[in-house]
Amino acid sequence: MGQLLAVEIIYRGVFQKTLAKNITRDIVLAAHNEGKLGISFGRYGDAPERNGIPAKSFAILADDEQTLEAGMAQYEPKHVDLTVVLDDTLCKGAESWAWYGLQPVHKALKAGHTLIVVSMEDAPALLKNIHRREEPYGLGVLKGAASFSGMWVFKDDHTEVRVLGAIAKALPEVMSFASLEKFISEKLKNPLKVTSARTAYDRFTSIEVKAGEGSSAELYKFEMPRWEDMRCGVSVKGQPQGGPYADPITKEVGGFRPVRNELFKKYSTRTMRPVVNFSTCTKCTLCWLNCPDASFDVTPDLTYDANLESCCGCGICEAVCPVKDCITMVNESEFHDNKSQWAEFKKDKDAYLKWLEKTIATAEPAEKRSHGFRYRGQYEEQVPEALEIARKG
Amino acid sequence: MATLTLPVEEKKKTYEQEALITGAEAIAIACKLANVDVVTAYPIRPYDTVMQYISQLVADGEMDCEYIVAEGEHSQFEIVKHASICGARVFCGSSGVGWMYAMEALTVTPALRVPMVAMVGNRALDDPGAFGVEHNDALAVRDLGWMLTWVDSAQEALDTALIAYRVAEDRRMMVPLALSCDGAFLTHSQALVKIPAAEQVKKFLPKYDRGNLLLHPDNVISVAPQVNEDWVMEVRRQNYAVTEIACDVIREVYADFEKTFGRKYGNPFFEEYMTEDAEVVLLGMGTMSTPVKVAVRKLREEGKKVGFVRLRWFRPFAGPEIAKCLERFKAVGVIDRDFSYGSPNLSGVVATEVRSAMYAGSSTRPPVLGFICGLGGREVTVPDVEQMTDITFQAAKGKAQLLTQWIGLRG
Repeated sequence: MGQLLAVEIIYRGVFQKTLAKNITRDIVLAAHNEGKLGISFGRYGDAPERNGIPAKSFAILADDEQTLEAGMAQYEPKHVDLTVVLDDTLCKGAESWAWYGLQPVHKALKAGHTLIVVSMEDAPALLKNIHRREEPYGLGVLKGAASFSGMWVFKDDHTEVRVLGAIAKALPEVMSFASLEKFISEKLKNPLKVTSARTAYDRFTSIEVKAGEGSSAELYKFEMPRWEDMRCGVSVKGQPQGGPYADPITKEVGGFRPVRNELFKKYSTRTMRPVVNFSTCTKCTLCWLNCPDASFDVTPDLTYDANLESCCGCGICEAVCPVKDCITMVNESEFHDNKSQWAEFKKDKDAYLKWLEKTIATAEPAEKRSHGFRYRGQYEEQVPEALEIARKG
Repeated sequence: MATLTLPVEEKKKTYEQEALITGAEAIAIACKLANVDVVTAYPIRPYDTVMQYISQLVADGEMDCEYIVAEGEHSQFEIVKHASICGARVFCGSSGVGWMYAMEALTVTPALRVPMVAMVGNRALDDPGAFGVEHNDALAVRDLGWMLTWVDSAQEALDTALIAYRVAEDRRMMVPLALSCDGAFLTHSQALVKIPAAEQVKKFLPKYDRGNLLLHPDNVISVAPQVNEDWVMEVRRQNYAVTEIACDVIREVYADFEKTFGRKYGNPFFEEYMTEDAEVVLLGMGTMSTPVKVAVRKLREEGKKVGFVRLRWFRPFAGPEIAKCLERFKAVGVIDRDFSYGSPNLSGVVATEVRSAMYAGSSTRPPVLGFICGLGGREVTVPDVEQMTDITFQAAKGKAQLLTQWIGLRG
């Protein structure tokens, strides 16, 4: 058996599907320049055509055909030598469509190996969201905003080659920089891309994350019953209706909170979250009516509180809210828990409103947001900005 | 060509009235007796006869049910699927390409544990267009968890329809059942049929009860979620568990049928005709039994010891019983009113299944020949049967024969 290497790219469908596919393909082709064999594939069960869904793409490399076959004889690698996260809001964990629950981004990463995250934040800030683990690992940041393209479109902002440069530095066994340079020159035919890859390669560093360091958020668990114990008829117990609930301060009972699925929370799809100003809310009901996932709890005050275990962050509530700054979508990486905003508001209104003002000030205006495609000509504006970051490193 | 022979023993007069009716009419009357709640319909020959008779019963005030004419077969089967999950006893059916058009609804029905009873008026699949009988339409669901049974007389159609509801709705089963009736020979021929009293049927057929599978506001469940690879194998295993006990349940129900109505079918899975001292047998399904039985009697007069085995239940396929039955003959000729292009030995579906059952269930394996005959509604004639018997005797004597032969073909 020769050497077997697996690289995992965690990305958001559908916006980064082409980017992730390109990176894993590039790894195989660049490594082939030094005689390695490899395959690249997307995790089939992800159905990454859905907006924002956490998904995975893999590159597997081997010295010879038999070793490669050993690496291919499984649905997906259980242990990887390197993990790349293309959007830092994924650091809170990835929940596949299959019933794996929420998984830490480093779940498959071998002890002592490196996790690369594309982010404008630094490593300590990211560790507020990345789950703890028992084995130490390396964490390196490739500076850059999440490269988000429109559906089926590839946003050519050099993230692809910069990630490749960082990989060559973090794990040279995958490919030498010389092999990468040869691949970029011959196949991508853009000298500027060689420069971008080299800058990323030169500047990439990582820190050691110690055992137990990181977010203490608990992963929810569920049982996988045996076939004899499962309900038959492809039926599952439905959710009870839900009902009124208590104000944490006044203990007054009212409003309505639907009971939600405990086994499939789907909030890891979220890249932005709604932040609600309960003092300016006119109780018009539009956010509650238009939310595609029934994610709003009706509070005992009859205002609307986005339940953050359920919210996918689509932003429809912000779009339909008629009151200025009453609902604002803010980048998900600003937050480190899913606590009820309304409960915080009730505890201390002044403190909440101060927090709200500060938080929504960090929000980019809708037309400039980091995630998603909004208007014609957007990429033409964004690509030079991204290249500027690439040059500065 | 109505089927005149009744292969059953009557203990006493246990029926209310006797009527001259077609197989389709007999099934319509069984639906009335079973007090079916929801019927969906979409016309296609020869199935449409049963929908006409049921609509007549409803119009005459004899039967009380929701009668819905759908806009196509797919909707027809979807509507009854949902009604059944909500607790209604349902009936529907189709023929040929209509049955195929419903295929998506047919595939989901077994896993959802819907005990739907459907009548398939067997018809050739287009193209070329033909109304006549061929078994490929019903057989298209043979691997999907449906039960499949073939009848050969109007009386058997009525009786089996009642048995069908009892078997399908048994809480250990809860899977759909297709009652296959040969187009023309059964659906459009009138024969004398004994019709039981509603009281007797009520005794035999308990109320449909889905228990905790009922979709109802008082029993909050969600049916058919997307599950992916983590659950599918377990769901399939549950339907497999049904097939493990299906033969036992069917035996129980036939025994109870005999007790209630006094008509005895013997072995539920297949009927044996003049097999006791037979050297070779022919085996087939459906109304071909009439010409085959006539031919068998004629051949017996000529001193040729031939018998006939008519398969009633194709799913479940009573493999061990069939192997045990057939291993005592010197050769077996299987008459398929269907085709299975490219199958092992290029045989029809039934011949392939019989060989498979023999391989596992018998140590003395006689040659099993496959005959393709009577496709697209073509008659299976007495001379055809004589020819197939001769070939089977040749095989019994050890003379090599083609494993699959087309009979009654110009050429």
